[in-house]
Formats: sequence, C-alpha cells, structure tokens
Amino acid sequence: MIRVQEDDFDPGLELEKLTEGNLAIGGVCSFIGLVRDFAGGENVSAMTLEHYPGMTEKQLEAIEQEACARWPLDATLIVHRYGRLDAGDRIVFVAAASAHREAAFEACHFLIDWLKTKAPFWKKETAASGEQWVEAKEADDAATKRWDKV
Amino acid sequence: MKVLYFAWLKEKTGVGQEDLSLPEGVSDVAGLVAWLKGRGDGYAEAFADETVVRVAVNQEHVDVSHGVSDGDEVAFFPPVTGG
Repeated sequence: MIRVQEDDFDPGLELEKLTEGNLAIGGVCSFIGLVRDFAGGENVSAMTLEHYPGMTEKQLEAIEQEACARWPLDATLIVHRYGRLDAGDRIVFVAAASAHREAAFEACHFLIDWLKTKAPFWKKETAASGEQWVEAKEADDAATKRWDKV
Repeated sequence: MKVLYFAWLKEKTGVGQEDLSLPEGVSDVAGLVAWLKGRGDGYAEAFADETVVRVAVNQEHVDVSHGVSDGDEVAFFPPVTGG
C-alpha cells in the first residue's frame, strides 16, 4: 500500500496495521526518514517538499510492485509526506513484511533506494542564509544501481 | 498538450502548468525543449543547463528522444530528492 500525505504518521500504528491478521508474517523491516538539522555545513530549520500529484502515486505503486516481484513479501507500505516540515519531523516510512527476515531486510532497503531516485519529490531547505533546493546526490544513484538486475 | 514544471523549473519559468498546442515541427521532447527555450527569458534560464533537467511523459520517466504528441502530459523537473 502507498500513501502520499501532508499529515504526520504513527510508525507503531502503521506497523500494527500492516501485519494485523496475517500470521504468515515472520518479520517486518522498516525505515523512517527524518528532516536533518544540517546540510552542507549549514543549519537547516525546516524544509518544504513538493511533489507531482498523480505521477508520485504511480511511481510509488510501481516501486512497490517491483519489490513484490523480487521478494516473497506478505505486505509492504510506503508513506511519504509533502508540504512544510521542521527539523526532526518524519518524512517517509517504508516497510516490508515477509515470512523470513532476509526478504524483509532486502526489500525495505530496495524500496527506499528506488524511491529516492524515482519518486517525483523535491526538497527545498530553509536555513539562516535563505531557501535552497536540495541537489540530487550521486550516492543515491549508486545506491539505486546496486539493485539493477544482472 | 499539458506541460508541467516543478521545483526550480517552476520558479524560473514562472509557470506551474500550461496547456499548449503541439508546436509545428516538434515530435520529441528535445524539440519541445528547444521550442520552449525560445518563449522568453524565464524559459531560456530554466532550460539553460539541460543536463540537470529531467522529463516525464504521461507520468513515466523518459529521455529527451521520447516522442510527444498533442494529448500528452509532459513534465519538466530537476533530479528528484525525496525520501
């Protein structure tokens, strides 16, 4: 399941709902992304996340489908926020549940790596010196490439 | 066709979304970018460095050789930075 929302989410509640009623699940792995208070040596007090409504949902669904095609998963979840967020706020939540831990760990890692280079979100940071669009990192491309099929 | 701009491309063009008729002689994204660049300073600035502009046609990531036709939704944006 995927959700794009302005509001915060409760990680505990999300995990509970994800696995509820499915006793075949032996493990869940999750990742939460937070707003850091520094970037490039500057203090960041807040950020604004813009996205492409329509394409965002489509891309997140495709990423989730790809994970389900690669690993034996019982449940997956991607929640991504947009709008203005303060330092320390939650940005994104991904989780993968499976009978065994390997699939859960790998799929969770895959979900966040793919999301970072394929889902149409853009961050603008607010610092003392003003506002600035965050630049994409080569390390994120490399992290995505790791999951390329050989 | 519908053309959308996000992040700093929206700021530079001053436009979030616009409806256009497919310009004559334009058949792919590269042609559309060349045409858009001639529409004014904001557009020229937005597309000044095409290596940092990404494109989606009908909400799928594509490259500039991808074809465009009149009913398409074409979006221009910087490399994504979500997560």
